[in-house]
Amino acid sequence: MPTPLSPETQTLDRRAFLKTGAAGGAALLIGFHIPARASDPAQEQEKPPINPLNAWVKIAPDNHVTLILAKSEMGQGIMTALPMILAEELCLDWKQVTIEQAPTNPKIYDHGTGGSGSVGGSWLPLRQAGAAAREMLIAAAAKKWEVGTDTCKAQNGYVVHGHPERSYSYGQLVADAALLPIPNFKEVPLKNSRDFTIVGQGTHRVDGAAKATGTAMYGIDARPAGLQYAVIARCPVFYGKVASFDATKAKAVPGVRDVFQIETSGRGASTTGGVAVVADNSWAAIQGRKALEVKWEEGAAASESSEELRKQFVANAAKPGGVIRNEGDADAALAAASNKVEAVYELPFAAHVCMEPMNCTVHIQSDGAEAWVPTQAPQWAQAVIAEAAKLPPEKVIVHTTQMGGGFGRRYQADFVMEAAQVAKKTGKPVMVVWTREDDMHHDFYRPASYHKCQGALDDAGNLAAWKHFQTSTSIAAKWSPKGEEDNGQGEFGTGATVPYKSPNLRIEYTLAHSSAPRAWWRSVEHSSSGFVVESFVDELAAAAGHDPLEFRLKLLGEPRKLPQFGQDPDAPPLDTARLEAVLKLAAEKAGWGKPLPDGEGRGIAGFFSFDTYTAAVAEVSVRARELKVKRLVCTVDCGRVVNPNGVRAQVESAAIYALTATLKDAITVEHGRIVQSNFNDYQMVRMKEAPPIEVHLVASEEKPTGIGEPTVPVIAPAVCNAIFNATRTRKQDVRIRRLPIRAEDLA
Amino acid sequence: MAITFTLNGKAQTVDVSPDMPLLWVLRDTLNMTGTKFGCGMALCGACTVHINGEATRSCITPISSISGKKITTIEGLSADGSHPVQVAWIAEDVPQCGYCQSGQIMSAVALLSKKPKPTDAEIDDAMSGNICRCGTYQRIRKAIHRAAGSPAEKA
Repeated sequence: MPTPLSPETQTLDRRAFLKTGAAGGAALLIGFHIPARASDPAQEQEKPPINPLNAWVKIAPDNHVTLILAKSEMGQGIMTALPMILAEELCLDWKQVTIEQAPTNPKIYDHGTGGSGSVGGSWLPLRQAGAAAREMLIAAAAKKWEVGTDTCKAQNGYVVHGHPERSYSYGQLVADAALLPIPNFKEVPLKNSRDFTIVGQGTHRVDGAAKATGTAMYGIDARPAGLQYAVIARCPVFYGKVASFDATKAKAVPGVRDVFQIETSGRGASTTGGVAVVADNSWAAIQGRKALEVKWEEGAAASESSEELRKQFVANAAKPGGVIRNEGDADAALAAASNKVEAVYELPFAAHVCMEPMNCTVHIQSDGAEAWVPTQAPQWAQAVIAEAAKLPPEKVIVHTTQMGGGFGRRYQADFVMEAAQVAKKTGKPVMVVWTREDDMHHDFYRPASYHKCQGALDDAGNLAAWKHFQTSTSIAAKWSPKGEEDNGQGEFGTGATVPYKSPNLRIEYTLAHSSAPRAWWRSVEHSSSGFVVESFVDELAAAAGHDPLEFRLKLLGEPRKLPQFGQDPDAPPLDTARLEAVLKLAAEKAGWGKPLPDGEGRGIAGFFSFDTYTAAVAEVSVRARELKVKRLVCTVDCGRVVNPNGVRAQVESAAIYALTATLKDAITVEHGRIVQSNFNDYQMVRMKEAPPIEVHLVASEEKPTGIGEPTVPVIAPAVCNAIFNATRTRKQDVRIRRLPIRAEDLA
Repeated sequence: MAITFTLNGKAQTVDVSPDMPLLWVLRDTLNMTGTKFGCGMALCGACTVHINGEATRSCITPISSISGKKITTIEGLSADGSHPVQVAWIAEDVPQCGYCQSGQIMSAVALLSKKPKPTDAEIDDAMSGNICRCGTYQRIRKAIHRAAGSPAEKA
């Protein structure tokens, strides 16, 4: 942690504060600010910012550079991409820089990772910080040589001047540089992108070796001295309570040390608590829980089921919903049209299923607490532990560990809340371990949703009306300050910014009620919006008798920049030319239009989410009821690509994640509890089913945008549209309108 | 109950409940955390180790069953990541979150010990017991071919 300092603090603008000073010798230390995503759920739990610094560049006398960041690595590769940006602007040798995870500090604001926003949000601040440091080092060298700064240049960690060339390493300059005024971030000269030598180069992950040798430390690997392990018996019914319990048999299990009840509450809780079994090791705790006898007060949710939820959906869809967006008169246009299409699409709850099950290690003592948390929201974790421990947040040290997957699940603090309650009781270091079953039964699920789409085509095959009604168990009803009064607009995401031209457009929403916890699942609402919009436009193409690609391009029409519906005015608009480009590129690379044997087909989809344009062409075979995804061609325009290797990995990853949700199992509810429990009944795509994935990136000079999520929305529609194409010669072609795809739906 | 076995080439004795799975002995008793817990039911492969050279799911292997046997974990492949499979994994940038990769690597090493030049189909067969939620399958295939010294097959 780069404190304490003897700093001079300058207010440069509202976002960039700098501190320089001598820390641990004569290092040059510059603190700056990286904004988190705009709609940060954790921020609602927190106090206003006290100090806006949340990132630091430290240049040491030995010429080593450290980037200290309050960002979490869950596999997405930001611990590689972010220092690349800094190294570029600071003119470093790539080997010269390492990245360090900042410990949580209550004076740091915006300490969270999500929304595919790390590279996009950090791009400018990291460049400015790197450029500011570079200019200070150049100025320090110029002063030593008594020459003009314009005669010096920075390269590979040195400032060089003249012929014959003389040089100082950055390390030799830090003491002098630290005394200089700090350039204004807004005015500091940034490198011309033509001179980039690191950004844009395929770069190996910095954590590859640790992860290939088993030495990377995940939350579940925390081993503070004297650690005990706990599992918690939780009511299987959403938010049911402990009525009574008998710990006699549990306590008789060898290695079990204690059994007691805990309570959790508040919006962030996934349960109302349960009964904790604390033991010498995880296995003993699990065995103790098996022996534990608990009577549950199941509560009102016990009557809920997926079947009952579907009845709500159907009933809601029979009535008009709340109007989210209305242009022209879609109902009149539909009534007047002779060529109409109507389709209902259904998506189930989905679980995150991080490979590393939830876990959290906490040690609470009277004067302070320490925790090891695999979290996307360390500051929220800190606040939750502080509350449980009745300590000020600054007395709680949170170590953000490597995460075995995040996907949005680890933005939650429910697992932290439980561990804090257990730790408070024991007063010793304790890890609460979730089994796979716990993880699947007590997730915050991607909402289940039901969509009725209606479209009208005129005689020329143009869209005359687009109507999209959705009913779902919304995320907003759980998390928005308005609760169930929220209008549901967020459940459409960019699905409400329809890029296909229609003079009449109407979007409606009705909330369906469920006690199942819901939250952000990789690509959030776009996972359903992408499926619905891109499936429906494919159905319209068929009704118009057009090729699916040609139809999309025709409806996109002349390039337009559409404001993102319902988003901040400063959100980048949807540029239809960029969407068109990724669609065309995917089609070209996939050999769109080239003949395929009977029983095989291609499908296409394109979407805009997280300010990124994605498209996919799926190639499938459908023989009898057997579906095989043979190939995926994915294209992406995410602005300037920082690390092409990392971007490709994220596209491959999102494609497989989406394919699992497309091909495998649904999360369902019976008697108010989740039915699925492990990888036997909630299956994942495995290597045998994993198709080759080709990734093609659009070269772009635009600002970098999100990459962890935006490929998810295009996979299911591309596969389902390919199934339609593959069944073209059957008497009845096949339209998949519910996910996941079931064998009977292929008949 | 005291049980003795060979762990990464060295004699190891533990005194634990005989039904305790090897996974938890490694992780919680011996603090060797490279081997991962994923499902507890031999469904995901994150806990894969070698017992007498065979890829085995340690999460369902009672410690009592390994008395006198030779166990190799990810920590036993190499001290410095120099095992050819690890080298290939790093070169192909296989890991993302990385949590499943200890198990993936142990399965791959066992495969290559039996089939030094596996085909894609053989790789798919041998590796389909290991789940990767980050979807690194394509890179795993390439890395196995690389470790085998074979050119990757045309996908």
